[in-house]
Amino acid sequence: MRGRVLAIDGDDVIVRCELSDERIPRRVLDRANPGDLVSVEREIDGTLASPIRIYDGPPYPGPGTEVARLPRARMSALWHRAKALAAVRAYFAGEGFLEVETPLLVPSPGLEIHLDAVRAGDGYLITSPEYQMKRLLAGGFERIYQVCKCFRGNEHGPHHSGEFTMIEWYRAYASLDRIIADTERLVAAVFAALGSTLIDVTPPWPQKTVRDAMREWAGVEVIGDEPASDLIAKVRAAGIEVDDHAAWDDAFFAAFLARVEPKIASLTRPLILRDWPAPLAALARRRDDDPLTALRFEAYLGGIELANAFDELVDPVEQRARFEDDLRIRRARGRAEYPVDDKLIAALAEGLPPSAGIALGFDRLVMVATGARSIDQVLTFTADEL
Amino acid sequence: MYDTSDIRKGLKVLMDGNPYNIVEFQFVKPGKGAAFTRTKFKNLLTGAVVERNIRSGEKLEPANVDQREMQFLYKDAGDLVFMDQTNYEQVTVSAELIGESVDLMKDNLPVTVLFFNERPVDVSLPTFVFLEVTASEPGVKGDTSGNVQKPATVETGATVGVPLFIRVGDTIKIDTRTHEYVERVNKTI
Repeated sequence: MRGRVLAIDGDDVIVRCELSDERIPRRVLDRANPGDLVSVEREIDGTLASPIRIYDGPPYPGPGTEVARLPRARMSALWHRAKALAAVRAYFAGEGFLEVETPLLVPSPGLEIHLDAVRAGDGYLITSPEYQMKRLLAGGFERIYQVCKCFRGNEHGPHHSGEFTMIEWYRAYASLDRIIADTERLVAAVFAALGSTLIDVTPPWPQKTVRDAMREWAGVEVIGDEPASDLIAKVRAAGIEVDDHAAWDDAFFAAFLARVEPKIASLTRPLILRDWPAPLAALARRRDDDPLTALRFEAYLGGIELANAFDELVDPVEQRARFEDDLRIRRARGRAEYPVDDKLIAALAEGLPPSAGIALGFDRLVMVATGARSIDQVLTFTADEL
Repeated sequence: MYDTSDIRKGLKVLMDGNPYNIVEFQFVKPGKGAAFTRTKFKNLLTGAVVERNIRSGEKLEPANVDQREMQFLYKDAGDLVFMDQTNYEQVTVSAELIGESVDLMKDNLPVTVLFFNERPVDVSLPTFVFLEVTASEPGVKGDTSGNVQKPATVETGATVGVPLFIRVGDTIKIDTRTHEYVERVNKTI
């Protein structure tokens, strides 16, 4: 048997072995000190042979040493991650989802105006697995989910890590309400698996439209097709500072971050913030009865934006137009230009079923469930530690 | 020029002709919105703190300031006197510039003094100082669970929380940024 000496207890040496902690008489292990890695042969009659072997090497790394300090500080976080992940997979298995793995290295990363992709070889690391998962949807996979790493350049903060874990799932033919129910139940399952009671996540969660939140909490009436200058004036009238040259979305977020997010952070329950104004549609479909509103929601948990969902845009012509718009804005703002994913457009043209999908930040979920104050506390190694 | 990825605590930048030290920053990015760094700047001349959002892509101008290694000589009323050992030049600095760490300063302590336009405007202490405990009640037996602490006074007069096993005469390591006990240090004889 082999193991690590935990302690010397009277005439016994306590050794942590593969399955259990063993007490071995000290006369057999007379040279062993706590921390040593040892191996002991057992004779046929059951007695322990001596001498034993004590592995050569530096002393066992104490808790203060670099090699032990980093992993040990994260030990509970890593157990929480593993338990949470098992709960996530169990949830999707119960719902009849197929777990998929799409490539992390792609020629065309997301074109979203405010995201920077990380270059890798001839291509880029994904900022989200969305494009390839939509191709699977078009190909007839109706309930798919993925747990994968995503990469975003120049993002590091208490809620951001340049490399992070995303849970993304899609349901063909389903509406956003179905995805809201998934989100609520998935989060509740993870909280239950971790025994977390920090937040009452019992479904259903309160919901609010973005326009109501902006009106009630920021004092700003958002229409969606007003010129940026009008929105800037409304935001300023509410007493919030914003640049003269701010774009529409910048004016919106100035008010959103100053008033709406702090209000959400003060709520005791999670919040589904839905019906985003059309300029913030991203890849969401607009409402048939109200083209100024996009079928998109964000889920907030513990004041942190946890997930973003769309009733997916399936129109290839509009998709291409939005990509070209994004590219034009990227160019105007001096940001890197990425190639348009023609294969995604082709898949849309061949027929993406009406679908709803969502991306949920797994690290943030673990962070909120365990009361961590920073995403770094739930990562195995942070960027600074590499 | 610095951009947002250069932002870190202690970065010295020039804004409207004044030198500022970055004292706090937080990366902010709404899901579909533009990223920026919510940054708190402390005016090195007045001590006033201002908050500004620095958008990704925006530039900051480095402040032309001079850092000199100096040694702490002595306290004189509310002032501290330091000496540059390369040219024996002395400078006097108000204790207010240093803040609460002033009571961790022992004679001969090496520090970094920041000059802006030839004026000392900031003093950085070493991250850790080693000081002898001059007074502390003995720890109460039996109460050894968790991180129980008791107050101890060190040779410079500062009071810090220490574990119960620390005794008068021990030398302890203190973090000057947090004013907190780090560990007991074995004396070299």
